Amino acid sequence: MNINKKDILGIAELSREEITTILDTAAVMKKIIQGDNKKTNYLRGKTVLILFYENSTRTRVSFELAAKYMGADTININVSASSVAKGETLVDTGKTLNSMGADVIVIRHGMSGAPHLLAKHVNASVINAGDGMHEHPTQALLDMFTIREYYKTLNGLKVAIIGDIFHSRVARSNIIGLVEMGAKPVIFGPSTLMPSEIEKMGAEIAPTINDAIREADVVMGLRMQLERQKSALFPSKSEYAKFFGINHANLSLAKKHSLWMHPGPVNRGVEMTSGVIDGINSVINEQVTNGVAVRMALLYLLAGRESCRDVKQRANIISLPVQEVYV
Amino acid sequence: MKILIRNGIVVTDEYEKSLDVLIEDGVISRIAENFTADVDIVLDVEGSYVLPGLVDAHCHLRDPGYEYKEDIASGTRSAAMGGFTSVACMPNTNPTADNKTVIRYIIDKAGREGVVHVFPIGAMTKGLKGEELSEMGEMKEAGIVGVSDDGCCVENASVMKKVMLYAKMFGLPVICHCEDSKLAEEGVMNEGELSTRMGLRGKSKAAEEIMIARDIILSQRFDVPVHICHVSTALGVEIIRKAKRNGVKVTAETCPHYFTLTERACEGYNTLAKVNPPLRNEEDIEAIIQGLCDGTIDIIATDHAPHHIDEKNVEFDKAASGLVGFETALPLSYTALVKPGHMSMSELVRKMSVKPAEILKIDKGKLVEGKMADITVFNPNTEYTIDTDKFVSKSKNSPFHGFHVSGRVIATIVNGRIVVKDGKLAV
Repeated sequence: MNINKKDILGIAELSREEITTILDTAAVMKKIIQGDNKKTNYLRGKTVLILFYENSTRTRVSFELAAKYMGADTININVSASSVAKGETLVDTGKTLNSMGADVIVIRHGMSGAPHLLAKHVNASVINAGDGMHEHPTQALLDMFTIREYYKTLNGLKVAIIGDIFHSRVARSNIIGLVEMGAKPVIFGPSTLMPSEIEKMGAEIAPTINDAIREADVVMGLRMQLERQKSALFPSKSEYAKFFGINHANLSLAKKHSLWMHPGPVNRGVEMTSGVIDGINSVINEQVTNGVAVRMALLYLLAGRESCRDVKQRANIISLPVQEVYV
Repeated sequence: MKILIRNGIVVTDEYEKSLDVLIEDGVISRIAENFTADVDIVLDVEGSYVLPGLVDAHCHLRDPGYEYKEDIASGTRSAAMGGFTSVACMPNTNPTADNKTVIRYIIDKAGREGVVHVFPIGAMTKGLKGEELSEMGEMKEAGIVGVSDDGCCVENASVMKKVMLYAKMFGLPVICHCEDSKLAEEGVMNEGELSTRMGLRGKSKAAEEIMIARDIILSQRFDVPVHICHVSTALGVEIIRKAKRNGVKVTAETCPHYFTLTERACEGYNTLAKVNPPLRNEEDIEAIIQGLCDGTIDIIATDHAPHHIDEKNVEFDKAASGLVGFETALPLSYTALVKPGHMSMSELVRKMSVKPAEILKIDKGKLVEGKMADITVFNPNTEYTIDTDKFVSKSKNSPFHGFHVSGRVIATIVNGRIVVKDGKLAV
């Protein structure tokens, strides 16, 4: 099965069926990560270029490993050491990489819409690894995958998203995805960090943190994005932690088996206490594993070989029987 | 040179009538019904409108300093294609037009290479920094018709008060770009659901409305007339309406994009729709059209803002703000305002020719015997789609490519010289 798209620029462009396909494919990919031989051939002979204009450990390594597990060749472009430092435009950079035969370009950029601009100028598939304050589709996909693994369905679940919603592309992508899959996102954060008219995207704005967390099936913290704030939108970290931080006290209002999530990296003691981060319901580390699986799934769906003939003919042997992988 | 314009419908702000127009030596020598004369050129305009040359009170010619975007030669040709015979250009050039030398350069170059009348607007403050007064007196002698810091706003109210008092001494119109840059919070489009969805910083309407209110109150308190540039919001219109009712000497301007496009033109990160003030919502379009009809908004200006394609073919945050407007203003205004019956052609002439001239205190906008022959011939009946590739301007940054409009400028005469004929440049 395929999703008929050249690029993955946002959750907004994915239908419920497409999201389901991606999550189902990721479920299979997760088994590969947990297996002994993580090398498959589905992207053998393909090239995945990783173009990050912003710092990242998690997402960048996750994409690179996902591509390698799928058998692709990968290059991680160090933007600060590239011609971008000489002033080369995004469009020119894209055309250059395209001309070298890139099959997939994974881009993270500080400005919303940058992946869209790139995608217009390259034949390669473009995957948005986070653009400005706009979307982080693979994060939302891995979050939904994580929730679905525990609850079997996303339908009807109350998902509390708490923190700096204004600057958060993770929040936006999750809101869009959760609404599409029938869940109920409820958001809360300082009023100075709540974007204009966000309720029109389908999220309910809770009046207090307790209202947000009460009876929630999932409680998701967002990173207080200190590097993206140009001016103090809240008085201090300690005030933030006291009134907007997730701790055992307010989590006691959530459902007993609620999942505690965070995209990482976490500011310990600010948006979440260490007790919560390392607590019994925390799935933060599983989110990381699921991130690799989801990214493998996307690479497979965008650029993986459709038939298994080539795979069988090559010397390398994949760790799973091919029939299990094709859904 | 003797020119006879026949079979046209002369439209002034006072009447609309089938009349022939005779031009001799750059002057309108006769306007009468159906006459013949011994002339060098006969323009048979077959039912088109014959208008007093349009006057644009707000445009950017980018000369000196940004000639790669536009210069006086190309910009005035683009203006002529749009039916403008007089344009007032803003001082955000490089160097800034805040002294007599740059003003003299502009006037001199316009005289040699321009094809329409160019009236420079001088800066309010040195370097548009909003701190020190510019040499308004010297610039007035050099030929400016007003002062503005357009592109920027004088944030300090005390400095703005002094700008107003000083400009008033020289009888210079005070032309205000109203925007609180701090409240604008680095926005790149209108603040609202769409900016939230797109993950782009939004500029609240409040940033514009606050400064409109401020400049109106300064005008009232210190008795200095003000002109408000590019009004884009419903509340802005309302504030101006109330001020006029209270007798404040305020005039206001809007641009065609503010009554034809909403913020949705930005969807897909379309940088051609990135403009300042930003495109707003449906209710603002309605309020602006209402404001135009009831006289709250006095004029339509283009805010022609050319930018090179390399400055638009980048990430939305980085893209330059502004769109070219000369060649689409009249067709868009006709299509959006006159054709649907919101206003008459005479009223449109008032907005685009008569009243702009009045505000700038220049002797234009009059299709009257004895006046200089600045005339626009506009055929309202041709329907076509806008093709930005065909623009005469050096820059083609317009969100209107592919738009269906009615009406085309078929001739433009400046000081008795035919600059545009049969819809094409004749110079």
